[in-house]
Amino acid sequence: MPVTLRLKRPPTVPLEAEFLSPDVVATLSHAEIAAMIVHHGKRRLPLSEFFDIEGERSEDLVLHGELHKLRWVGRGMSRGSVTVHGAIGMHLGAYMRGGRIDVHGNAGDWVGAEMKNGTIQIRGNAGGQIGAAYRGGMSGMRNGLILIDGTAGLEVGMRMRRGTIVVGGPARDFTGLQMKGGTIILRSGAEIRTGAWMQRGTIISLKPLQLMPTFTYSTTTSPGYLPLLSRHLAPHGIQLPAGPYQLYRGDRAVPGKGEILVLA
Amino acid sequence: MLRITGGKIYDPANGIDGQVRDLCIDDSGKIVANVSGGRTIDATGMVVFPGGVDVHTHVAGGAINFARAMTPEDHRRTQAFIRTKTRRSGLGGMAPTTFATGYLYAGMGFTTVNEAAVPVLSARHTHEELADIPIVDKASLTLMANNEILLEQLEQGEYERAKQVLAWYLWAAKSYGIKAVNPGGVAAWKYGHDAKALDTPIDGYHRLTPGMIVTSLARICDDLGLPHPVHLHCNNLGAPGNITTTLDTLARLEGHRAHIAHSQYHAYGGDGWDTMCSETTVLAEYFNAHPNLTTDAGVVLFGDTVTITADGPWQHLLYKLTGRKWGNLDVENETGCGIVPYTYRPSNMVNAVQWAAGLELLLMIRDPWQVFLSTDHPNGGCFWRYPEIIQMLMSAEFRRECLKKLPDRVKSRIKLPELDREYTLSEIAIAMSAGPARALGLTHKGNLAAGCDADVVIYEEQADYQQMFSHPRYVIKAGEIVLEDGDIREAPQGKEFLIRPAMDPTIDSFMRPLFEDCYTMKFEHYPVEIERIEHPDLRECVPAPPR
Repeated sequence: MPVTLRLKRPPTVPLEAEFLSPDVVATLSHAEIAAMIVHHGKRRLPLSEFFDIEGERSEDLVLHGELHKLRWVGRGMSRGSVTVHGAIGMHLGAYMRGGRIDVHGNAGDWVGAEMKNGTIQIRGNAGGQIGAAYRGGMSGMRNGLILIDGTAGLEVGMRMRRGTIVVGGPARDFTGLQMKGGTIILRSGAEIRTGAWMQRGTIISLKPLQLMPTFTYSTTTSPGYLPLLSRHLAPHGIQLPAGPYQLYRGDRAVPGKGEILVLA
Repeated sequence: MLRITGGKIYDPANGIDGQVRDLCIDDSGKIVANVSGGRTIDATGMVVFPGGVDVHTHVAGGAINFARAMTPEDHRRTQAFIRTKTRRSGLGGMAPTTFATGYLYAGMGFTTVNEAAVPVLSARHTHEELADIPIVDKASLTLMANNEILLEQLEQGEYERAKQVLAWYLWAAKSYGIKAVNPGGVAAWKYGHDAKALDTPIDGYHRLTPGMIVTSLARICDDLGLPHPVHLHCNNLGAPGNITTTLDTLARLEGHRAHIAHSQYHAYGGDGWDTMCSETTVLAEYFNAHPNLTTDAGVVLFGDTVTITADGPWQHLLYKLTGRKWGNLDVENETGCGIVPYTYRPSNMVNAVQWAAGLELLLMIRDPWQVFLSTDHPNGGCFWRYPEIIQMLMSAEFRRECLKKLPDRVKSRIKLPELDREYTLSEIAIAMSAGPARALGLTHKGNLAAGCDADVVIYEEQADYQQMFSHPRYVIKAGEIVLEDGDIREAPQGKEFLIRPAMDPTIDSFMRPLFEDCYTMKFEHYPVEIERIEHPDLRECVPAPPR
């Protein structure tokens, strides 16, 4: 039986729950989970102040409620699952190393920031800095898969090094900012400055993009790796057209060797 | 009052090498011959050192603050100091915050630090930060080798005027001495160039060369009677083959005192990154033959750090080499500054040569009174890693273990594998305390004679030197026990050492029009008022008699 948390008292300021992850609850009894300290703003309170808790010692964690103020869920998790029914706040799955997070609702900024591996799926919209590096950090996500069914905010995949991000709805500005590797798939395109400062890596857009002048048109092609990528994503219900795509190279301002593919 | 009894005293300034005797401290924080009453510390089985003195570090001011702001990623993973009744909060790491800097230095037995690079324009800020570094006593050196008003006097051959201008600047900055960084090179950097040859005129000047700046500054230091000689960061830092430049620079200091900063970075042979090798043998021989010179090693330790220096052109090159972050500051007419986070790796040939070269200098310069412990914090590594260096100096066996981690091809380019010397405890006491104190002219530091400042550190003698020097049992600062059983107990305010050189009173009216012509701030607002310095310890300088 999973550990289930139902919100009973909505937090009025951000509620920081840095250890609310399968790795932690898997080893704790019901009483220990209830007594875990969370920070409600500057106040230290037990988790049971905010949630009705069921279950114990499980690698599966289920959360119910409008949790857009609840932060750091699944931080550094390496196994098991987190399922959220409702909205979730910032830093979901930050530094995660494995396991799966499913959100049936919207998520905040910094989803999967600096993650090493694992899968995150957001059925609603997500905020900015998805799979990004924290400020000052050299690299964002190093592997894993982030699927956003809805829209995404600013700086998606900022400084990401490996792994894949798929965004269903349109993304905002600076998608793939300073990207160092990995793949971003934009099923509904993005706003401006896509791929700014990108050094390596691939951005695939199925809708036309407004590109910066520092990206140069290279060729129109159907890359051989696309069917392979498509097969990799098929279990998640995503199919990529085989092409052809217009291939742009950049960002020449860095100078970078990234590529942006726009479905022709 | 305090009596330390039963400990082995290492006080090289007075020729005491491990004899067991009592050390007494009176209520004014001085060492005295005898006390009656007060607390007694039983130091049986322990060693007693004078408190450590760091001759060259970067702990306050615009550059290190910029480095702090540029490395938030380090703050997330670093040691945090939580506020207690006697201690403020802070962060350690590559560029520790002010309060943490004091706790970390005192935590390994250091009680005096010298901030080695302050532009006059940043002096006010620097003194504010120094005031926030608790426990340790402080001094700061003023950047002078690229100052436009000063260089103009030297260009015109006005030596006397230059001396007066420099004295005016030192007093304006409330400084302890002169630092020269890449003489002329930072001035040339404003034209996008550097100055690598000592006899080539600097960009923007007709006859002034780096060599002329070096000699003039050394002479001015001597003539003004400054307690610390010119503190010189030579031209051509970090570049393969720069040993030629360094030896050429040293030759121009004949007949003068000088302290050569982080000489490891100036001791390379080869003609490119592929062929770079250590040339420490020739440099060490030069020091061995020239007792007028002192140096600090500028040891490189493997791992993450952030490099900060007034040497703007070098930092631009380093940024181009690493592709990491780069910060660049232009300090009006005085100097510049560059900041680049860096990771030294044993697998990297250049880094491996640098690592070996620092240790080689410490081992090959024979007189320990000439070469001191430093990493040029934070450039070669962070100061709180000094105990790692002590371990390597005291154990040839440990060095051999470390050498195994280097790629084989580096071994033909370094001398370290051939060196068997091991530092004694007394030599460590010279390198970390007595030597730097003497070079700085701080006669009451690094010295356990009666009348000297009671800055004392007591270590538990153990075979693991790194452990021993990382965790002193007691640290006593000005007679007060600040650290006991690994815990900071008190965090008193230290002093700041300042000098007032003699100067011609008319120099003010000479400076004013020049100043108003080329600075962006008002003349009246520029000098730091003496009231701004918390706990100043002022020394009047006696000029040398005319030659």
